[in-house]
Amino acid sequence: MTMASPRTAAAPARGRSAHPGRRPGVNTKPLLAPAVVLLLIWMIVPLAMTLWFSAQRYNLLNPRVSGFAGLRNYRYLMSDPALWTAVGNTILLVGGVLVASIAIGTVMALLLDQRFPGRNLARLLAIAPFFVMPTVSALVWKNLLMHPVNGLFAWIAKLFGLPPVDWFTSWPLFSIGIIVAWQWIPFATLILLTALQSLDQEQMEAALIDGARDGQRLRYVILPHLYRPMTIVAMIETIFLLSIFAEILVTTSGGPGDQSMTLPFLIYKIALLDWDVGGASAGGVFAIILANIVAFFLVRTIAHNLER
Amino acid sequence: MPRPSAKRRLAIGLAGWSATFVMFFPILWMGLAAFKTETQAIASPPVLLFTPTLENFEAVLARADYLHFFFNSVAVSVGSTALGILIGLPAAYALAFHPGRRAKDLLVWMLSTKMMPAVGVLVPLYLLFRWTGLLDTITGLLVLNTLINLPIIVWMLFTFLREIPKEILEAARIDGARSFDQFVHLIIPLAAPGIASTALLAIILAWNEAFWSINLTAWRATPLPAFIASFSSPEGLFWAKMSAASLLAIGPIVAFGWLTQKQLVRGLTFGAVK
Repeated sequence: MTMASPRTAAAPARGRSAHPGRRPGVNTKPLLAPAVVLLLIWMIVPLAMTLWFSAQRYNLLNPRVSGFAGLRNYRYLMSDPALWTAVGNTILLVGGVLVASIAIGTVMALLLDQRFPGRNLARLLAIAPFFVMPTVSALVWKNLLMHPVNGLFAWIAKLFGLPPVDWFTSWPLFSIGIIVAWQWIPFATLILLTALQSLDQEQMEAALIDGARDGQRLRYVILPHLYRPMTIVAMIETIFLLSIFAEILVTTSGGPGDQSMTLPFLIYKIALLDWDVGGASAGGVFAIILANIVAFFLVRTIAHNLER
Repeated sequence: MPRPSAKRRLAIGLAGWSATFVMFFPILWMGLAAFKTETQAIASPPVLLFTPTLENFEAVLARADYLHFFFNSVAVSVGSTALGILIGLPAAYALAFHPGRRAKDLLVWMLSTKMMPAVGVLVPLYLLFRWTGLLDTITGLLVLNTLINLPIIVWMLFTFLREIPKEILEAARIDGARSFDQFVHLIIPLAAPGIASTALLAIILAWNEAFWSINLTAWRATPLPAFIASFSSPEGLFWAKMSAASLLAIGPIVAFGWLTQKQLVRGLTFGAVK
């Protein structure tokens, strides 16, 4: 790979650091320590606190409620129907956005990989939504586009003689999904486009010479090449999508009812609207476990990549 | 490769530009609204031909607090990035040039700290900030963003440093350069483009960070994402001003994103795609 042949000449000298004169031993501990210690604190302290609080009766509004709660917070959380609605919504939202962003992102990447006039400009414009802060994209969609009276979509519906859709009342979760997908399609496009550009031209030409048609090339050369980047996109997106928050806060606040309530938003509500530290911490532990199931696979894939 | 026929090229061009137009349209529409009057911005049918006005930008900037939020954003994103690179560069250097047996495990462990969902530690972070007086301070938000982005910074710098040919270092070593001199005079200049892209990515991520900005600030340290969220109140139907404020908020960052898009892929995929 990148560590190709020219280095082999130097390799023996590097391998044995027993040559005191040639290779001064570098003590890497002081270089690594700040980063490692900070991340260690960042990882352990909040996690330990969440675990501790999740076993406490602790409400910031009612200081008289205190003491050890054992598993009561968890039991209370598990018996709350809102939790299961939120878990269901979270899975729907994450799954839907994943499928949409990878499918549409693949098509976009394939299109933008072709040669056409203004291709470079098109590439820039197509990935721009990824850099838009979440509160801005949520508000632009909610007001300028999806507003049931003044929005552009309402006007388009009227053009076709259809009644305007009140998006966030009738289809709250779906509407949030559209906004989030709009932010993440460019991410998938960007990654997959980069992967496409590294596709071996010789391989493509060989396939052409063999008389492979477009469909065959796509199926037997291009898509297999994109498989790994797609899984990486899926896993990285999952990590971020599991904490979707601002888009919901700005549009529906989880409503109407619990229809667009997700796990992060539910925990936020328990914590900063009900001030129930114990309950919110139990929810936090639940969210951490959920994320770690995904993380396990992501970390394994990337670690495997490091070996190549 | 054979040249595709003219008809086919036209079809591809049309398809590519249509798809791009759909993706970019919300930003374009917002950009137009920013130059309309409030009445034109909420008009239905939409106003397409209008005399552009700068009154929204004037109104937004005249409210002294817009610049207040803007400079909070600048302080938090630039500050957290500078701190992150200061801490991350030595670590990345050690991992790339003097890897011990545990180097790979260390990198993977750093990556795994990214897996903690923010909401899982919302309560302890909020309480810690409250107890230490960090709630609604730039310092608090700055340090938090450094911690959140540190794994990405180390990883991205590591993937750049790893590509510097080691013979250059060997040569310098024979000339008697000490490690520190090597680092300052050789590696930093060679890695400068990589350091720059890493910094830009970290600035983008911190600039757009919304969860902690919304939950841990009230006014004093509020950055732009949280300020823009305040436009969501039902009485705040100032679409043209909202669009102008949004355009100002995303403008520099989208430009940064365009500048670094190639290197960014590396950083965001932890070097797995490049």
